Amino acid sequence: MAFLHITSPHLKGPARTTAIMQWVILATVPGLLTMTWFFGWGTLINVILASLTAVAAEAFVLTLRKRPLAFYLQDYSAVLTGVLLGLALPPYAPWWVTFVGTAFAIIFAKQIYGGLGNNPFNPAMVGYALLLVSFPVAMTTNWATPRPLAEIPGLVDAFAHIFWGAEIGVDGYTMATPLDTYKHEIVAGTSEAVFAMPVFGAHTALGWEWVNLAFLAGGLLLIWRKIITWHIPVSMLSAMALCSLLLGWDEDKYAPLQLHLLAGATMLGAFFIATDPVSAATSKLGKLYYGAGVGILVYLIRTWGNYPDAVAFAVLLMNFAAPFLDYYTQPRTYGHRKARRGVKQD
Amino acid sequence: MRQIWDFHGGVHPPENKSQSTSRPIRKATLPRTLILPLSQHIGQPAKALVAPGQKVLKGEVVAAAEGPVSVAVHASSSGTVTAVERRPVPHPSGLSDICIVIETDGEDAWTHLTPCEDYRSLSPEQLLERVRQGGIAGMGGAGFPTAIKLHPPRNDKVNALILNAAECEPYITADDMLMRERADEVIRGMEIMAQLLEPEECLIGIEDNKPAAIAALKQAASGTHIEVVVIPTKYPSGGEKQLIKILTGLEVPHGKIPADIGVMCQNAGTAAAVYRAVRFGEPLISRITTVTGDGVATPGNFEVLLGSPMSDLLQQAGFDASKTDRLIMGGPMMGFTLTDPNLPLVKTSNCIMAVSAKEFPRPDPAQACIRCGLCAEACPAELLPQQLYWFAKAQEFDKAENYNLFDCIECGACSYVCPSSIPLVQYYRYAKNQIRVTAQEQQKSDKARERFEFRQARLEREKEEKEAKRKARAEAAAKAQAEKVAQQQDAPAEVDPKKAAIEAAIKRAQAKRAPAPAQAQAQAQVNIAELQTNVDKAREKLEKVRETLAESDGANAAMQEKLSNAIAKNEERLAAAEKALHDAQNSAQGTPAASNATPATQADPEQQARAIARTRDKIKTLTQAIEACRETDPQRAAQLTETVEKTKAKLAELEAESAPTDKAIDKPPEPNLEELTSQVEKARDKLSMMQGMLDDARAEQPADEAKIAKLQRAVEKNQDRLAAAQKTLEEARTQASGAGVKAASPEEIEALTSALEKAQDKLAMMQNMLSEAQQESPMDEAKVAKLSRAVEKNQDRVAAARATLNEARGDAAENQTSTDGAGA
Repeated sequence: MAFLHITSPHLKGPARTTAIMQWVILATVPGLLTMTWFFGWGTLINVILASLTAVAAEAFVLTLRKRPLAFYLQDYSAVLTGVLLGLALPPYAPWWVTFVGTAFAIIFAKQIYGGLGNNPFNPAMVGYALLLVSFPVAMTTNWATPRPLAEIPGLVDAFAHIFWGAEIGVDGYTMATPLDTYKHEIVAGTSEAVFAMPVFGAHTALGWEWVNLAFLAGGLLLIWRKIITWHIPVSMLSAMALCSLLLGWDEDKYAPLQLHLLAGATMLGAFFIATDPVSAATSKLGKLYYGAGVGILVYLIRTWGNYPDAVAFAVLLMNFAAPFLDYYTQPRTYGHRKARRGVKQD
Repeated sequence: MRQIWDFHGGVHPPENKSQSTSRPIRKATLPRTLILPLSQHIGQPAKALVAPGQKVLKGEVVAAAEGPVSVAVHASSSGTVTAVERRPVPHPSGLSDICIVIETDGEDAWTHLTPCEDYRSLSPEQLLERVRQGGIAGMGGAGFPTAIKLHPPRNDKVNALILNAAECEPYITADDMLMRERADEVIRGMEIMAQLLEPEECLIGIEDNKPAAIAALKQAASGTHIEVVVIPTKYPSGGEKQLIKILTGLEVPHGKIPADIGVMCQNAGTAAAVYRAVRFGEPLISRITTVTGDGVATPGNFEVLLGSPMSDLLQQAGFDASKTDRLIMGGPMMGFTLTDPNLPLVKTSNCIMAVSAKEFPRPDPAQACIRCGLCAEACPAELLPQQLYWFAKAQEFDKAENYNLFDCIECGACSYVCPSSIPLVQYYRYAKNQIRVTAQEQQKSDKARERFEFRQARLEREKEEKEAKRKARAEAAAKAQAEKVAQQQDAPAEVDPKKAAIEAAIKRAQAKRAPAPAQAQAQAQVNIAELQTNVDKAREKLEKVRETLAESDGANAAMQEKLSNAIAKNEERLAAAEKALHDAQNSAQGTPAASNATPATQADPEQQARAIARTRDKIKTLTQAIEACRETDPQRAAQLTETVEKTKAKLAELEAESAPTDKAIDKPPEPNLEELTSQVEKARDKLSMMQGMLDDARAEQPADEAKIAKLQRAVEKNQDRLAAAQKTLEEARTQASGAGVKAASPEEIEALTSALEKAQDKLAMMQNMLSEAQQESPMDEAKVAKLSRAVEKNQDRVAAARATLNEARGDAAENQTSTDGAGA
């Protein structure tokens, strides 16, 4: 009788990477449903298309790399990338936008570096940035007018538009997002006047505020499940709030705090994008700096930059800083007087 | 309520303790055989005091503590020692160790014990002595000698004595059951420790998942100054550093021990053992061990004799091997697997687990690290396990060390929480081991370099001394010769009687060797033949080295340079050999000159002509070689050019010499000897150089077997050559002494003595190397064999040198006597 001969520990806790990825995907569902409710089927189609593309691209590269497909695909990390990118794209972006962005994210931002765990940048955001830079028109004009301002397109119409570019016979089905609108309108008007525009609805930003609250709910679920920690979302949102209060207190000049928090991809970014553990800082203090950096950059780019939203660039820029942050924010080890800073030897 | 602190991280694995606490402690049956390893503790193994066949009683010392950190071993039952031999022992490495095997006689008869009822009045020294004699080592798992731990340096005042009763590992209940049933012994043991250490406070740290034990302890401790502190259940609260943090809020500084901050931790089981040793004089011969897991039908705790085979114990708990997938000694978090159930139970065996594959599923294949940080949150040492993992995986050990790798206590919390099932602790063990090995190697190579440099300096010094001596000798000889000539010329009539007597004696001796001239000539011929062989061999050798160089072209610059040097040296050697041959031929010519011409005279010019032709050939080859490598390797070309210049000079010399052949006619035979000696020395240098090259080649390119083989052959050939040269030298010496011309002069004897000494030194060195090699790398049989061969060879050499010396001394003595006789 031969007994198994391996080293300790012999016990294994319940946490599994696959389960973590599945929980994150699950936590996006409230946001996804809210988006679908307000903007129509486009988002759902995007998410499914992006997920399939991501899995296919991952399988393709794994085949090239001669890796076992089942073992690597089962971690659901490719699906998650697809879902996050699908959520971030304009609901009625043509199919090739989604396809190119997702394939690029998986092949160039993830697998080229060695696959899951080795990518220095958030793959979904690399895909998003590529699309924003390469196809700015497609990326800014396919936002839908939220219900109830317009009748949302049916499933068939949405399909036809995304895959064949068919016109949907509804007037003004596309429009700029509230953030974009506010930025352009405030130049000529006052805060009250701008907020009176229909796109802002009764509370802050029509539709978007609910979408953001739904993502916030999903994020809280992740914190409760201990899949992410509070550090990055809290510091990111706090930094944005602080910037808004200190720099943009004048509502007649800059978008107000509530708009920053509840419009655009703020909550999606704070709880789902910036918290990607692979590309973010890992130490507690590092996470705080990292989140704050993302928050500040989002605010700066939104306020003085040329892009309507800024989560992708802010996250990518802070991805650069993550290893550095980790070097300088090491915890104090038991029995040591102070924490080590940097990589130098004592 | 006492304030307690929290430590960072920690995990909450399922406890699974109730299986083994439902039954009271059972007494394990007396096994037929006891296997007592000499090393059941940290430190030096104990020294066996018994021999096979010896009868021992229960509690008798069978192995004594050896060295400052060691613990004695006692017979767990009465019986007969059947063996003291290597047996497999419970150790993560699975290696075997020396064990005392006792066949029990079933009587379980105690040896004489010395109980002490009034132990409270004993002095600390007496108490310590009783603990020491009890053979107690920490029973929590590490096994540090308790008597030493209880005797900290005077300036380390123990403020807090902590009894570790946390037992935080899942499944293990040995301390729990001990405290439930024998709380008194634990408390009394702790009191004894307190009596020794006089701490300000005595704390028992116990997790809140043991209410029965807590109640028993509190009852037993009432009225004492011992405080039972209940702490939250969290793994690894029973880690020494963690428990200290929980109870005192202090941290043991990095690189220090608890005593440095005035804290001492002892295990609950150790306290009970201390009590039994002090109160009853009972040494540590049994312990409480948990037997649990799905592989046993009636899990529980056993009081079991140390040295009992685990299989015996498992049987008593209803062991089912078919259900068992893993056998673990210790807990599921830090215990190690055993491959054989017949290993003996030792002082640190707190738990034996027979677990099924369902209970402990085999580990999943590791997925990618997603830097989720769960490990960092679980780490009780507050390390960054994921960073350490990346560093270990990338073999960036210095970075891992910078990230405080050595503060890792290997508790396994990180691996437990890792969602990607990465065996993190394994990576840390690997990295730690690599760092330790590297440090050891660094130390070793530093030592080797020192040794080498020292040796180089010594050789250099010896060479200088030798040179100086040789010069002095040559001068003295020249002076003596001159004087002699002067004397002969000045006053042939004034020969003093003693000298005349000597000369007469010499003449007589020569006359005795009747066919002296013929014999001498024959010997001279042999000598010449031998020298010729030498020259041929040297030439062969040179060719070989050249070949090697040609083959290794472009392979390795350092090697090439070395080989070029070798060639240059070999060429010198060849020249020397040729010169020796030439001289010998001359002297052969010279010797028979006294008794008319010999055929040798005719042979000589021919040989010289041959030598000249050869040298010319050589120059041609070298020139070609220079042409060939001028573009590819200018450095070597320059070297070769130099060689050609040298060779040309030699050629000129040869040509000059070949003309006046009878120039050296009256050359005395001593230069020949000297030449031969220097030849032998040169050959020896050459050999050692070749050996150095061989060693280098082995170290640098162990894969290049062809080259190593070639070098090895070269070394062997050189050894042969050296032997031949030595033989020639010896023969020449014998001849010289036989001819009675100069017998063995005191200088020669001195030279021989120093040669002998040198040979002896070398032999000693080789023997050292051999024993070192045997110690350090007993696995490397090839190396050891080689070294032993070398030692044997050197022994032969020393013997030969001694024989030569003796002979020379004998000759000298004979000479002396004959001189004396003649004088009388």
